[in-house]
Amino acid sequence: MSIFQSLIKKEILHLLRDFRTIIVVLVIPVVLLLLFGFAISTEVNNVRVAAVVEQHTNETRHILEQFRTNTYFTFKGIIPFDEIENILRKGDADAVVIFRSELGELKHQIIVDASNTNMAQTSTAYLESVISSATGIPVVTNTLYNPQLKSAYNFVPGIMGMIFILICAMMTSVSIVSEKETGTMNLLLVSPVRPWTIILGKLIPYFLLSCIILTLMLILSYTVLGIPFSFSVINVIWITILYVILALALGLFISTIASTQVSALLVSGVMFMIPVVLLSGMIFPVENMPLVLQWFSCIIPARWYISAMRVLMIQQLPIKYVLTEVVVLSVMTMIVLVLAIKKFNAKK
Amino acid sequence: MMDKEIVISVKGLTKKFGNFTAVDHISLEVHRGEIFGFLGANGAGKTTAMRMLCGLSFPTSGSGMVSGYDIISQAEEIKCHIGYMSQKFSLYENLTVWENLNLFATIYGMNSKTIKEKTDVAFKTLGMENVQNVLVKEIPLGWKQKLAFTAATLHSPDVVFLDEPTGGVDPSTRRKFWEMIYRASSEGMTVFVTTHYLDEAEYCNRVSIMVDGHIKALDSPARLKQQYHAKTMDEVFRIVAKDAKRSD
Amino acid sequence: MNANTLKILLKKEVSLIRRNPIIPRLIIAMPILVMLIIPLVTTLDVKNVGVAVVDNDHTELSRRMITDMNASEYLSVTGCYLSYDEAFLQIEIGKADAIVTIPKNYLRDLTNGKRPELDLKANGVNATKGILGTQYATMSIAHTISQWQAEQGINLPMAKSNAMNFYNPTLDFRNYMIPALMVVLLILICGFLPALNLVSEKETGTIEAMNVTPVGRFEFVLSKLIPYWIVGILVVTVGILIGWLVYGLVPEGKILNIYLATILFSLVMSGLGVFIANQSKTILQSIFMMFAFIVVFQLMSGLFTPIASMPQWAQYITYAIPPRYFIEIMRAVYLKGASLADLWIQYLSLTGFAAALCFVAASTYKKRA
Repeated sequence: MSIFQSLIKKEILHLLRDFRTIIVVLVIPVVLLLLFGFAISTEVNNVRVAAVVEQHTNETRHILEQFRTNTYFTFKGIIPFDEIENILRKGDADAVVIFRSELGELKHQIIVDASNTNMAQTSTAYLESVISSATGIPVVTNTLYNPQLKSAYNFVPGIMGMIFILICAMMTSVSIVSEKETGTMNLLLVSPVRPWTIILGKLIPYFLLSCIILTLMLILSYTVLGIPFSFSVINVIWITILYVILALALGLFISTIASTQVSALLVSGVMFMIPVVLLSGMIFPVENMPLVLQWFSCIIPARWYISAMRVLMIQQLPIKYVLTEVVVLSVMTMIVLVLAIKKFNAKK
Repeated sequence: MMDKEIVISVKGLTKKFGNFTAVDHISLEVHRGEIFGFLGANGAGKTTAMRMLCGLSFPTSGSGMVSGYDIISQAEEIKCHIGYMSQKFSLYENLTVWENLNLFATIYGMNSKTIKEKTDVAFKTLGMENVQNVLVKEIPLGWKQKLAFTAATLHSPDVVFLDEPTGGVDPSTRRKFWEMIYRASSEGMTVFVTTHYLDEAEYCNRVSIMVDGHIKALDSPARLKQQYHAKTMDEVFRIVAKDAKRSD
Repeated sequence: MNANTLKILLKKEVSLIRRNPIIPRLIIAMPILVMLIIPLVTTLDVKNVGVAVVDNDHTELSRRMITDMNASEYLSVTGCYLSYDEAFLQIEIGKADAIVTIPKNYLRDLTNGKRPELDLKANGVNATKGILGTQYATMSIAHTISQWQAEQGINLPMAKSNAMNFYNPTLDFRNYMIPALMVVLLILICGFLPALNLVSEKETGTIEAMNVTPVGRFEFVLSKLIPYWIVGILVVTVGILIGWLVYGLVPEGKILNIYLATILFSLVMSGLGVFIANQSKTILQSIFMMFAFIVVFQLMSGLFTPIASMPQWAQYITYAIPPRYFIEIMRAVYLKGASLADLWIQYLSLTGFAAALCFVAASTYKKRA
């Protein structure tokens, strides 16, 4: 047991010596959570609008007043007709409304910068509703689970899915391969220490680091971001631990197939990070993807983890709703662990 | 020997890393054409001292001249007149033998005609004509070291610094390597070599023995043996270094 | 500056890049992967929002609402349920995203001139889907009602959609993403690769062999950067070609403006990469520093989410994020045909960043410790 302890101690010391990296590793999740929680949002809440008015009437004045006061708009002023193209091309305004009187009736036209389609559609909808405020179908809209529609809620599971891959898979694989490169791995392998001990000695410090980060993220989520706290946190924790183990196994597996640090990095980056960000539904909904990619996303562990976290953390539903996810994650962990150990022993 | 021109002179050279004094006020002089052995156990401060002489590291205090240039303010001029080979094999593994030599020779400002002539001679003497276009990572370690030495001396520098050049090679390769050192010395190059193989110390004109950052002894091998009543340099070293606190 | 030295160093870098087992493949595979997959994935247009309907009215109008919603390309009705609880179960098991409840006597109240209220509940777990889903549902219902009212001869002044979509008339979100995706390519290739290259020279010790020669640090740093600028330009060219061949998207503005921005942005990223490498001892260190920058760059530059949607303080931060300007230029030149005169602020800012970072990169490269 003392060999084991000294291996872990060596690894922890090694980690701590690189203090700057530890700080970066701890700071990235916090920054991500805060950025997603407070800075990044896909909803359109500020439409910069300019107006072209042929003839002022009470009606146009009323509408312009609406543009000025409504928090969803920033009014960029009244511009001459031939300025429209210019202001849109420069990106100084998102939309221009032209008011024209025909036979005493006010007509309007909306010209919108549609380069961002999402923004264009929403802006048009907002503008239409202000201009024709007379008609409206009373629909009372409510949102379940996430009443303020804060994106942060949605992003927390995604960030967790990404961070643990980053720390466990990427860091472990690069660190094991670096030992291979410098030759210290051979030193350990020829020593009487059992391979199992070496692997665990390598993995446990990263496991501990992940636990620290998990604690940090949970505290932030439940306090600053205000996710309602409940007993489901216990499920969140143990499923995360399962995911961390899976990520560590992936890291170990990568380290057995990569021969240089850079290739370990690229393999874990290309094979795990990019798909996690793009295909896990973190920013972009999975349902919108082409079917082939949706199928492909099934083999990405993060997709299952993130979906389980959404149900548990945001919907606060009991564990029985995520059984599929848990089973898939467990099976994946088993397979990767077996493969990694087989490869590791074969190398020896 | 004494009236020969001085190529390296150092006074009170010191390097501290935080509280740790790696090199503690060393002073020495090396003459042109001399083979100067810089001995010491691992961690005695040899490499650190050498890095300061080569302009790779700033001294904390002290002064020195190499090849007529100040080691503090004129490091880049020094670099034009020295060659350096480190214990860590440092040619580009993914370049061929010829590409490596061409690269270093061009950096030292040689024109392509001279490079061609010089490398042709070098390849012939090394018996490496057939491996010119082989990637360096594919040739054996002994060859790599000879190649690194050639890369460091192709531009005929005033001084060539060798940091444990023979680490990890077999005795016969080591002998051949020392033949190369003698040849360079006979061509007028000054050789400054660190080693912890004490039999190699016998090959040097003069040696210094470094212990815990200090130079504890400095003279020709014969006179050192006489002074310490020892038969071999190995014995001399054991007597000088018996109080060493730092070692691995 | 010694031209001969620079030439031989460049030759060395090119040989090393060519012989690297991964990098040449990466240079080819990356633009293809990024340009083919990301546009398919990164659309915020929400389709197939599942709607569970609780119809308490059971009239012709309510049935028409349901059929119309189901016919919309954005919505799909998962079913009609007798009680709210049943519909809610559909949300819990993830089948539906929104519940529309049509109250009893809705049609009667509407004809009587009252303003009966429909109830719409959306699952807010996915905020984007929640917002857009309710919008689509509301629009669909409004449309049904106004149509029905028109048929009944009730003529209410109804806003006719009279909007012109400039620059991207087909409203294809991909057209918006593709120009900006070049930023992903350049960040990875011009930022990551030089940094990794320099740090691996540190780890293998070859940098020591270089530092002890009289090689100038400007030549050395330039020899690390120039190959990646060229690769950056190649990669953007591949990107433009894919945009044209696969998505039929050609720049409205001058290609030259795109390349100018590309060169400036490559300078920014490679300067940053070398700066980070200078500060790092190991590959791991440099990766994590680089990663921190890349995450912030990608999220704050307006690549995936609009800058205009950020709170004011966050918008101020984006002025310090170089890719922001590059993305603005790319989108404006590609879609709006903007000229240098329209975008001089962006070009100037990029130039400033490029100059500053290249200066920092060269001056933090130390031949001596």
